[in-house]
Amino acid sequence: MPEMNTSSLPDLIFTILFFFMIVTTMREVTLKVKFTVPAGTELEKLEKKSAVSFIYVGPPTDNLRAQFGGTTRIQLNDRYAEPKEIMDFIYQERQSMSDQTAQVVSIKADQKTQMGYITDIKEVLRKSWALKVNYSATHRQ
Amino acid sequence: MAKKKRKVPGLNASSTADISFILLIFFLITTSMDTDIGLARRLPQPPEDEEVKQELKIKERNVMEVRINAAGFLWVKDGSESGYVDLAHNPRALRDRAKAFILNEQNLSVLPEKHVINIDLLGQCYLTDKHVISVQTDRGTPYDMYFMVQNELVAAYNELRNDLSKEKFHRLYDALTDEQKVAIRTYFPQKISEAEPKRYGGN
Repeated sequence: MPEMNTSSLPDLIFTILFFFMIVTTMREVTLKVKFTVPAGTELEKLEKKSAVSFIYVGPPTDNLRAQFGGTTRIQLNDRYAEPKEIMDFIYQERQSMSDQTAQVVSIKADQKTQMGYITDIKEVLRKSWALKVNYSATHRQ
Repeated sequence: MAKKKRKVPGLNASSTADISFILLIFFLITTSMDTDIGLARRLPQPPEDEEVKQELKIKERNVMEVRINAAGFLWVKDGSESGYVDLAHNPRALRDRAKAFILNEQNLSVLPEKHVINIDLLGQCYLTDKHVISVQTDRGTPYDMYFMVQNELVAAYNELRNDLSKEKFHRLYDALTDEQKVAIRTYFPQKISEAEPKRYGGN
């Protein structure tokens, strides 16, 4: 039986590899808060991923609970932060963006979060001129 | 000694496939193809001067107040009723109220005033351009409830815009051209204001 010619196999695999390399967006932060986003019907896609900054809001994850307690925390990048630190975070994010006017802030907050935290965040966002926000959610039905 | 012509031996490339397979699997695992979705909102511009917090004078008939207290209870007040209407935990009822408020079809004197406005593509329109829907929350209001209220208000606007698009352009709002979208948006501008949270009842 003649051996099958597999010399083009690496090329084939490389092509698939390049496809995934291009579409990949690596999750750059490890989540330190856990959250279940609310469900809604009038949702829009976040278009330009490169222009999106994320703010996570929720109680600390189970393994950090003993250390940080169960009250709601705000996570920016890889650490917990106070609302006033958001302004620096937004400016930093903006510096690294090519189209700075397109900046969108996605707020990924837990359903049970009290509005006080969200209002504080919104207030700081307004002051730092990051006016486009997106309340992250899942589709209902 | 005659030099024998030596052939360069071919590189054994049989492991390239394995190497690229490993890389491929790595990217397969780290890839997150999920697209993020959410409710898009626009925050108002920051106040020019902190000291001068001027209260915008808005006629009472132009305002629909939505209050959500710390227990997640919902009240609505517009001109059609004298006091607050208790909607309990039912934000779905808000959608129709908001639509009726924005439209003011019968041109009632208690609902938002209407003005004649000239819009490209649509011509002379008679609409409630001065209305404001004001959402007030308490610091203890659950985010979930706030989100659902926002969702219903956006839904009300979206339904109105879709109805108008179908009537004028025979297509859904999403399928319109940019100029048509601008016309529809001028007809139904989203006017959801969010006042600073106050403390009242239910704490």
